[in-house]
Amino acid sequence: MDEPINLVLFSGTDDRLQAAAVLAAGAAALGKPVNIFLQYWALDAFRADRIAHDHGLAPEAGVAGRNAVDNLRTAGQASWADTLRQAKELGGVDIQACSLSMDLLRLNESELDPLVDGVEGVTAFYLNAGEGQLVFI
Amino acid sequence: MPTTEITTTVDAKGLSCPMPIVRTAQAMKPLPSGVLVEVLATDPGSVKDFAAWCRSTGNELIEQSVDGPVYRFIIRRK
Repeated sequence: MDEPINLVLFSGTDDRLQAAAVLAAGAAALGKPVNIFLQYWALDAFRADRIAHDHGLAPEAGVAGRNAVDNLRTAGQASWADTLRQAKELGGVDIQACSLSMDLLRLNESELDPLVDGVEGVTAFYLNAGEGQLVFI
Repeated sequence: MPTTEITTTVDAKGLSCPMPIVRTAQAMKPLPSGVLVEVLATDPGSVKDFAAWCRSTGNELIEQSVDGPVYRFIIRRK
């Protein structure tokens, strides 16, 4: 059994979420289990009523970066949410909301997009992470 | 004797990384072992990606070619 790839998503901007979705989908296509733990502003981006909104870009993107991202999208690049949906169809991708961040954002599980499989604390996350690599985005 | 007939074509032209691999993995999942799958892609990264993906998953990269902007891969399902 492969060790899982563990992605901790903290940032809620579309570029970072896209990069994370690409890493998750690539690992899923290789048949590796993927655990995704949503904290802070990344979790906010997974609210059912906001997931399709524009979440902006990291500050370093600037105007040129904004244009480059828009061009890729116009050329038909899948959104980060669609990329994650397809990764989940391959199986082995588990997305959990951080319970502390749920409290911070005053969210109920019913307000999250169905991409999110559940809510857990950091201890459960580490237990599932095992000896696998951990990436913070 | 192994089959030489292409069972399925995955048209991943215009898709950016990692979608050509993801679509291929999805398409191959329900197929029986030994069948040939053709993949068409325009992502330049797909050359190294399909080689790495096949090595890691045990599927066999039978053939690869390029025709203008289109990369073509023939893969035998593990």
